[in-house]
Amino acid sequence: MKIKADTTVCIGAGMCALTVPQVFDQSDEDGTVVLLETSPPAELEDGVRRAVTLCPSGALSIAE
Amino acid sequence: MSELVMTTDRERPFDPPDRIAGLGGEAPLHRLTFADGHEGWLVTGYTAARAILADPRFSNRPEFTHPTIPARAEVAEKLRGREFAVPGFFLRMDAPEHTRYRKLLTGQFTVRRMKQLEPRVEEITHARLDALAAAGRPADLVEHFALPIPSLVICELLGVPYEDRERFQSYSRALLALESGADEVIDAMRSMTGYLYDLIQRKRAEPQDDLISGLVQGGELADDELTGVAFLLLVAGHETTANMLGLGTYALLRNPDQLAAMRDDPSVVDNGVEELLRYLTIIHIGPIRSALEDVEVEGVMVRKGQSVAFSLPVVNRDPARFPGGDSLDLARPAGGHLTFGHGIHQCLGQQLARIEMRIGFPALLRRFPGLRLAVPPEEVPMRTDMSIYGVHRLPVTW
Repeated sequence: MKIKADTTVCIGAGMCALTVPQVFDQSDEDGTVVLLETSPPAELEDGVRRAVTLCPSGALSIAE
Repeated sequence: MSELVMTTDRERPFDPPDRIAGLGGEAPLHRLTFADGHEGWLVTGYTAARAILADPRFSNRPEFTHPTIPARAEVAEKLRGREFAVPGFFLRMDAPEHTRYRKLLTGQFTVRRMKQLEPRVEEITHARLDALAAAGRPADLVEHFALPIPSLVICELLGVPYEDRERFQSYSRALLALESGADEVIDAMRSMTGYLYDLIQRKRAEPQDDLISGLVQGGELADDELTGVAFLLLVAGHETTANMLGLGTYALLRNPDQLAAMRDDPSVVDNGVEELLRYLTIIHIGPIRSALEDVEVEGVMVRKGQSVAFSLPVVNRDPARFPGGDSLDLARPAGGHLTFGHGIHQCLGQQLARIEMRIGFPALLRRFPGLRLAVPPEEVPMRTDMSIYGVHRLPVTW
């Protein structure tokens, strides 16, 4: 799994960082998503999929 | 003309109005006659609501919006174009204007920043529990607990003096009361903007370690824009969580097994708060969006210029997304509810609200294990007359 994040679309709601803090963080500057891992370990993949669904701005996507 | 009109009257305190709830399983969109006669739509389906809220072809600008609640029609008429024509009130802007304001603030409301506030929120919560105990039995939970916690937290964060609460809370009550006349609403807006404008002048002269001072010193916003931003954050920051804490406690008291789980099992708390947010959905009218072009949504053609209102309480009980959603079940996977909205306007303060509730509910129930209503349930005054639902008062004893 490869995660892509578009910070130009991100609105900093923080749903991803709330859902999988091991993978997603937020910039202190403008709150937009910061990827801590672009290829998460298998045990976090379900959480990542949930985070992508929860994202309100469509800033996250997954390439398998 | 559609016979369906929006209502806030309820048959039961925790369930959406029967007339609207009954539409839930039927179709995602329904023809709705708005309070000014406009023929638009009401969304009750979960996937349709998510799609429209995230779609830039639907605008949130006040000049395109028609009012849903009859009592608000006169206000909307008198304020046409002025209602939220407050510079900096970015809730009622579309991208890219909205983006500029939101990005200045999002860094202050990240999950990590909000987590750093936890110890302070705990201190405030425990001080309010002491105050509740000192008030003696019976006491109003709203006055001593539900309203002061988020008010104190947002005041500290923004740098608004808590001593001024009677002023700004009365303005915000007048703004949110559905029965307020146009003159009252205009007065309250003027008073609130005047109060915050003066505060911003003081922050400019003597900056402190708070969010408003930071924005003033950042130098990106003019004073009238800063006023609009502060207005939005102050009202949104205390009216919402306050009503969740009040109504949430009431709902737990009426569901003793769920109350026991929230009190005794720490692993229930985080999801339990999401379930309370879903089940109670205190945003009971609005949001409203307006189509900037013809858009097809799940087989329904929404025409350019038509307004689309949402019943989020019904959306959050869509049987296709939350089966059995008419009951409160703290163990239900409740993530994905739309109580904080969806799309670019999704609540900026949601991570703060979560922390206040994740600390507040269990702390209250552990401190007062015998907490119960001090009046018969039918005497609890419900906020069917306010734009944000909840309880006006919650008389409790222990």
